[in-house]
Amino acid sequence: MTTDPRLSAHDLTLAYDKRVVAEQLDVRIADGSFTVVVGPNACGKSTLLKALARVLKPQSGAVLLDGQAIASYPSKHVAKQLGMLPQSPIVPGGIVVEELVGRGRFAHQRLLRQWSPEDEAAVAAAMRLTEVSDLADRFVDELSGGQRQRVWLAMALAQQTPILLLDEPTTFLDLSHQFEVLDLCAELHEQGRTIVAVLHDLNHACRYATELIVMKAGEVVAQGSPAEVMTARLVEDVFAMPCRVIDDPETGTPMVVPADRHRRRASRTAEAARA
Amino acid sequence: MTVLRAAGWSVRVHTRALIVGVVLLLVALAVALVNLTTGDFPIPVADVLRSLAGRGDAGTDFIVYELRLPRVLVTLLVGAALGASGAVFQSLTRNPLGSPDFVGLTTGAATGALIVLLIADGSGAQVGAGAIVGCVVTAVAVYLLAFRRGVQPFRLILMGIGVSALLEALNSYLIYRARLNEAIAAQVWLIGSVNGRGWTEVVIVAVAVVVLVPVVVYFGRDLKMLALGDEMAVLHGVRVERTRAVLALAAVGLSAGATAAAGPIAFVALAAPPLAARLSRSPSAGILPAAAMGAALLCAGDWAAQNALPGNDIPVGVVTAALGGVYLTWLLFRERGARR
Ligand SMILES: Nc1ncnc2c1ncn2[C@@H]1O[C@H](COP(=O)(O)OP(=O)(O)OP(=O)(O)O)[C@@H](O)[C@H]1O
Ligand SMILES: [Mg+2]
Repeated sequence: MTTDPRLSAHDLTLAYDKRVVAEQLDVRIADGSFTVVVGPNACGKSTLLKALARVLKPQSGAVLLDGQAIASYPSKHVAKQLGMLPQSPIVPGGIVVEELVGRGRFAHQRLLRQWSPEDEAAVAAAMRLTEVSDLADRFVDELSGGQRQRVWLAMALAQQTPILLLDEPTTFLDLSHQFEVLDLCAELHEQGRTIVAVLHDLNHACRYATELIVMKAGEVVAQGSPAEVMTARLVEDVFAMPCRVIDDPETGTPMVVPADRHRRRASRTAEAARA
Repeated sequence: MTVLRAAGWSVRVHTRALIVGVVLLLVALAVALVNLTTGDFPIPVADVLRSLAGRGDAGTDFIVYELRLPRVLVTLLVGAALGASGAVFQSLTRNPLGSPDFVGLTTGAATGALIVLLIADGSGAQVGAGAIVGCVVTAVAVYLLAFRRGVQPFRLILMGIGVSALLEALNSYLIYRARLNEAIAAQVWLIGSVNGRGWTEVVIVAVAVVVLVPVVVYFGRDLKMLALGDEMAVLHGVRVERTRAVLALAAVGLSAGATAAAGPIAFVALAAPPLAARLSRSPSAGILPAAAMGAALLCAGDWAAQNALPGNDIPVGVVTAALGGVYLTWLLFRERGARR
């Protein structure tokens, strides 16, 4: 470990009021990586992402962007470097898709630079990549869950930040749209962006991640390439799910196959007996 | 939306909102001109215009400059201040009832004014100062009471309603213990009126409008991001707490200036922004169209107040309260209709 990457977190204590979610949390997001964060519900994945995006202020410790505390930069400067798709954004009423995606350009605008040709191009490109161009004039609160998810993604893309944090970008999406979004992330990654995504499907995670971060109860329990990290032992440990890990016949990456229902019940009983 | 670009600069205007704003402003000015002609001595429009151009005779000049122009300017400016203030509050609280009348500001201003009128025996500019102090103190109190790691808009409104109820009681008590003629004067002030307003009142509200409307318009660009939630606003580079504090303070100032000049005029701040928004077919009213709507509404209200009952110049607050009642009823009626 020589120099810090662009984005890193040091000794974070993350809490909502008195409810402490994570303590002494250290995370480094390798530059140019496609990092995928996995872990059971409520283990603190969204909380970590919010802290990295300076939406949640850590109670102690610091998130560093380019070697400086992220809170010390002008907010608009950070907004040009780092964008995030939240897990459940508030759906505004009475606003159409194109307008919402356009608001993703806010950080690039000024009093007398309200709608530059770059803004226009960025919005059009973001809508094309997420396949929402046809929805341009529809009201956001009248879309299906999956359509809306892609609109939010378009808004984050329109921000054109080199670092992009995505909290469960594939929720609400059908199978083919899930893969389209993941492919899109992979393409953005190939173009040099750093992507951090929270995913629940471990097989998706293994296929797309260059780096996996596995979390459990507010701690990072493993970090590394999917091939190093994703073992049956780890899945059993973190998700309490007996399974086999085999090679994905399509890509050769690890593939998690959950154990049969009866075998899982047997292992639960054995565990209870041991306790 | 129309985009104007030149030399790396670009300005985006909501075309329809611009047209609505300009038309409303023209309407307001036209009604204001009519108001200059009406009164105990009707003066033809031509004579009023000649006087305004500085070529009138002494008698007309006196009536126009000393009696009517201040009143008309107060009406225009107070209407604009209330409209702008209401637009900001409604956006900040994300609630159509989040206007200065509902969050206790006008009641607080009234308390300040009543204390000056009834206890300190003040008058004129002192009453205005009392209203401003009352308004600002109430705003700070409501803010602090609603504060719990940042301010949730809904809590703010509930606290405002609570504080407002307390102050109502205090106001009633102040009037109850006053002498009869003072009580009547106080009650008239409480209705809100532009009768007999002079250049002092013009200056009070003009300063508020000239200083604070640009502030509100500048920071108002952040409102469209705040509408997406604090988290989204932070992600896109809005300094949420600072922006909110600046906007809220400026809106309080506008509302205080308006109330100091004309008393607590009801419903303009509540109704002007959504009416302007509806006309411009945009979800959130721009601040300037709302200000133009406020000015037009109040001018029209003052015209009606002078002409509704022949020979009787009733306070404009009565008219706006009546119009506001009709508006609220209509709003609720529409809501019910929409839900069925
Ligand atoms: N706004 C909040 N206020 C209080 N507690 C919260 C808040 N948001 C999350 N929590 C709590 O913090 C813990 C971590 O939540 P977080 O949202 O980070 O989980 P997660 O790993 O993203 O889970 P999921 O997979 O369900 O999205 C949970 O116990 C949750 O209840
Ligand atoms: Mg989450």
